[in-house]
Amino acid sequence: MLEVTLIYGFINSVILALIALGFSLTFSISGVSNFAYGALFILAGYMVWIFVNLLSIPFAVAAILSVLLTALLGAGLYRFVLLRLRGLVISEVIATFGVGLAILEFFRYLGWTGFEYTLPVFTDGSVMIGNTYIDHQRLWIVGAGTSLAVGLYLFTHYTKVGLAFRGIAQDERTALTLGVNTDRIAGISVAFGAGLAATAAILILPRGTIAVNEGYDVLVNALAVCIIGGLGSTAGVVAASFMLGYAQMFTDSYLGPHWKMIVPLIAILLILAVRPSGLFGKQKELEERI
Amino acid sequence: MTSPSPHSEKSVLLSVRDLSKSFGGVKAVTGVSFDVREGELLGIIGPNGSGKTTLVNLITGFITPDSGEVVYRGRNITGLMPYRIARLGIARTFQMVRPFTALAAFKNLIVPLFSPRVKSLSGGRYGDRDAVAKDLLEEVGFERESSVTYKPAGSLPHGYLKRLELAKCLALRADLIILDELFSGLSIAELASIVPVIEKLVVEGKTVIMIEHRLRELFRIANRVVVLNFGTVIAEGIPSEVMQKDEVKQAYLGSED
Amino acid sequence: MTTKKRKERLDRGIKVRSDDIFALTSYREMLYVAVPSVLPVAVLLILPLILPTYWQKVLISTSVFAILAMSWDFLVSVGMVSLGQALFFGVGGYLAGVLDHHLHLPIWLTIPLATVLGGGLCTVCLVPVLRLRGIYFAMVTLVLPLMIERIIEATGFLGGTEGLTGLKPFPSIYAELYLIVAAMLLVLFAVRRMMSTDYGLVLRAIQENDRSVMSGGINIYYLKAQALFLGGCACSFCGAFMTHVYMFVGMPAFALDYSILPIASAVVGGMGTFAGSTLGAFILVPLSEALRGIGGLRTVIYALSLTVFIVALPEGVFHYIQRKYKQFERWVEVER
Repeated sequence: MLEVTLIYGFINSVILALIALGFSLTFSISGVSNFAYGALFILAGYMVWIFVNLLSIPFAVAAILSVLLTALLGAGLYRFVLLRLRGLVISEVIATFGVGLAILEFFRYLGWTGFEYTLPVFTDGSVMIGNTYIDHQRLWIVGAGTSLAVGLYLFTHYTKVGLAFRGIAQDERTALTLGVNTDRIAGISVAFGAGLAATAAILILPRGTIAVNEGYDVLVNALAVCIIGGLGSTAGVVAASFMLGYAQMFTDSYLGPHWKMIVPLIAILLILAVRPSGLFGKQKELEERI
Repeated sequence: MTSPSPHSEKSVLLSVRDLSKSFGGVKAVTGVSFDVREGELLGIIGPNGSGKTTLVNLITGFITPDSGEVVYRGRNITGLMPYRIARLGIARTFQMVRPFTALAAFKNLIVPLFSPRVKSLSGGRYGDRDAVAKDLLEEVGFERESSVTYKPAGSLPHGYLKRLELAKCLALRADLIILDELFSGLSIAELASIVPVIEKLVVEGKTVIMIEHRLRELFRIANRVVVLNFGTVIAEGIPSEVMQKDEVKQAYLGSED
Repeated sequence: MTTKKRKERLDRGIKVRSDDIFALTSYREMLYVAVPSVLPVAVLLILPLILPTYWQKVLISTSVFAILAMSWDFLVSVGMVSLGQALFFGVGGYLAGVLDHHLHLPIWLTIPLATVLGGGLCTVCLVPVLRLRGIYFAMVTLVLPLMIERIIEATGFLGGTEGLTGLKPFPSIYAELYLIVAAMLLVLFAVRRMMSTDYGLVLRAIQENDRSVMSGGINIYYLKAQALFLGGCACSFCGAFMTHVYMFVGMPAFALDYSILPIASAVVGGMGTFAGSTLGAFILVPLSEALRGIGGLRTVIYALSLTVFIVALPEGVFHYIQRKYKQFERWVEVER
C-alpha cells in the first residue's frame, strides 16, 4: 500500500508540475494570469481528438499541430484581448476567465463526453516496479515532465529569448529601455504557456476520457501549485507539486478519494498563514500579495 | 547651518538598532543603527541603491526586518502592522506618488482623517473632515478656494501631488514624519514654497526624517544627517562635517554635484 | 490646411461643482434630476402586478442576479475580485435549507438568520486570504465553490446530490416578488449612499492604493472584512430567498452561473455605480430567458459578452447612457 502510494504520488506530482509549468511561466514573465489556461488544456485535447478521429491525421502529427495551434491561440488571446488590458489586473483576470469559460461551456454544449472521447496512449503496456504495475503512459509523463522542467530552466537561463523573458519578468520598464519589445515578449510568453498547456494535455489526457470538468480542475490545480510554490519560480513549482502531489495521494489512500479535493485548498490556506510569499517567493511577490 | 547642540539634550524619539534585511541573498540593509531625537530634522542620504527606501519601509512596518529592532518612544514597534505604526504617530510619504486619482484633491485627505488616531486626538469626535482637509491643503500651499483643491488628484501636477502627500502626514497629526524623497522632481520655485512648510513643522515641535537626493536643499534645513552606503551607515553628524569625510566623498564620487 | 472634427462634450447647465449638489430653478429641472431614480422604482413596483406568471419568475431571478452583481461590484470597488459569488449564494441557500429542514424554523426566521450567518460564515472562510491582493483573492474565491460542490457530491453531506427538498414556500408569488424587488432597491440605494460617505470613500481608496491607506493609520484588513460581510450578506439573502422559492436547495446553488452572470452583468452594465450592475442584470437575464431555446450555449454567450465588453466597452452601458443624459455632445471643427 505504502509503495503504491509513494510511486503514484510521484507520478501525480509530476502531473501537477506539468499542469502548472505553463501557467507559472506566463505569469512570471508578463504578469498575466491566464485564467483561460484550463480551457486551453481541454481545447488542445479535443483538437487532437478531432485531428485523429475526424480528419484521420496520424497521432504524432496531430499532437504537434495541436500544440502549435494552441500556442497560436494563446498569441491571439494576447494580441486581441490582453494587449488592450495590460496593467488592469482585474480586467485581465475577468477577460481570460470569460474566454476560458466560453471555450469549456461550448464543449459542454456540444456534449462531447463518453468513452469514445479519449486520446491514444503513446505506447501500450506496463512495467513492474517493485510490486507495482505502472503503464507506459505514466512513464512517458514522468520522462516528459522532467525533461520539460529541465529544458525550461536551460531555456530561460541560456537562450536569448529566455533571457529577455527573465528580463521583463524582473523589470519591464528597464527591459523596455534596453530595446526589448516587452509587448511581443509578453505575447510570446502567453503563447508559450498555452503551448505547454497543450503539451501537458497530450501527455496527461490519454489516462482517461476528455471531460469538460477537468478543465476547471486543471485551472484550480495550476493555481494551487503556483500559490503554494510562489509564482514564477520553477523550483517553487516543482517543490509545490511534490508537496501537493503526495498530500493528495496520501489523502486518497488513507482517508478516501472524496477528501482529495480539499487538499489544495487546505494547502493554500496553510501556506498563506505560514509563508504568504509562497515556498520560493521573492520579496517583490510578497509586496504584490499583501 | 544649524548646530545640533540645542537638540542633544532632548529625548530620543525613535531608535533604530542593528536593523538588517536581505532580499534573496542581496543585503539591502545591514546592521543599521541610529537615533532620532525629538524635534530634530534628520536627513538620511546615500547613493542610489544604498537601502534608504528599504529603511523607511522597515521603520514603518511595510517590511519585516530579518534582525534588529525599531524602538519608538521606548516601545518596540518591530514587526507591527503598518497601520498600527501609523496610529502611534509615525507618518510617511511614498517615493512613488500614487494619489487616489478619481477623488478630488481634498478628499484624498479623508483617508488619514478617518483613522482612529485622529478621532482620539480630537476628543472622540471626527468633526467636519472636509473643512479640516481644505485647511490642511492650504497649509501645504494649495491656494484657498482655488479650483485645484477640487480637481481630481489624478489631474494634479507633480508639485501639488508632493504637497498632497505631505498633507496626508499632517492629517494624521503625526509626531514623526518620514519624507521619502519629497524634493525629487520639484522645480526651484516649488521647492521654495515647500521648504518653509517643513521648517514650520519642526518649529511646531514635530520630528522629521528626510530621505533625500537633493543634498544642497536638505543641508540648509537638516540638523543632522546619516549617510548610508551599501546598506550600512558610513557617517553621521552635522551636514558640513559629514561631507568632509573621505568615505562619504568616495561614496558620492561622481554621482553628486 | 485640413479641417477635422472632434466631439465636444458639455455638461448640461444644471450641474453645480459636485455630483450631489444641484441648483434647481424650475420643475423641469427637478424632473430632470428626479426621473432617473423615480421612474425605474415606479416601474419596478408596478411590474409585478402586470406581468404574466412566466415573466414574474424572470423578474425574480433578474432581481436576484442584480443583487449578486451589486455585491460583486461592491467587493471589486474595495479591491476584492471575487470569481465565486456562488460561494456566498450557496452558503445562504444551504443555511436556509438546514434551518428549515432540521430546525423547522418558520420562513420569516430562516431568511434573516441565513442572511446574517451566511455573511459571517463566508467572511470567516475568506479572512485568511484577505491579505492577498487582486488575482490571489480571485484564485481562492474561484476554487472555493467548486470544491464545496465536490465535497457535497462526494460525501453526501447535506443531502448530497439529492439536496434538501420539501422546504417551506412563500405564501404567494406576490410576497416573493415584492420582497425581492424591495430588497434589490434597498441594496441599490443603500450601497450607493454608503459609497458616497467618508466610509465608502476609504473603502474605495483601499482598491486604488492600499499601502497609502495603511500608512494613513487605517486597518484595511478589518475594513475589507466588513465589506466582505456586507457583500456576503446580500448574496446569502439571495441564496436563502431562492431556496424558499424553489422549496429546494442542492448543489446547483454553487453552480458557476451564480458566479459568472453577476460578473457579466456588472461588466456589461458598467462597474462602480451599482445602478450599472442592476441595469446589466436587467439586460442579460431577460435576454438569456429569451434565448432559453439554445440551452447550454447561454453560458457561452455570457462569457463572450463579458470578454467583448471588457475589451471593447469597458465603461459599460450605464456610463454610456449617463453621459448621454448629463452632457451635450456636438461636433466641432478643429484646424490642423
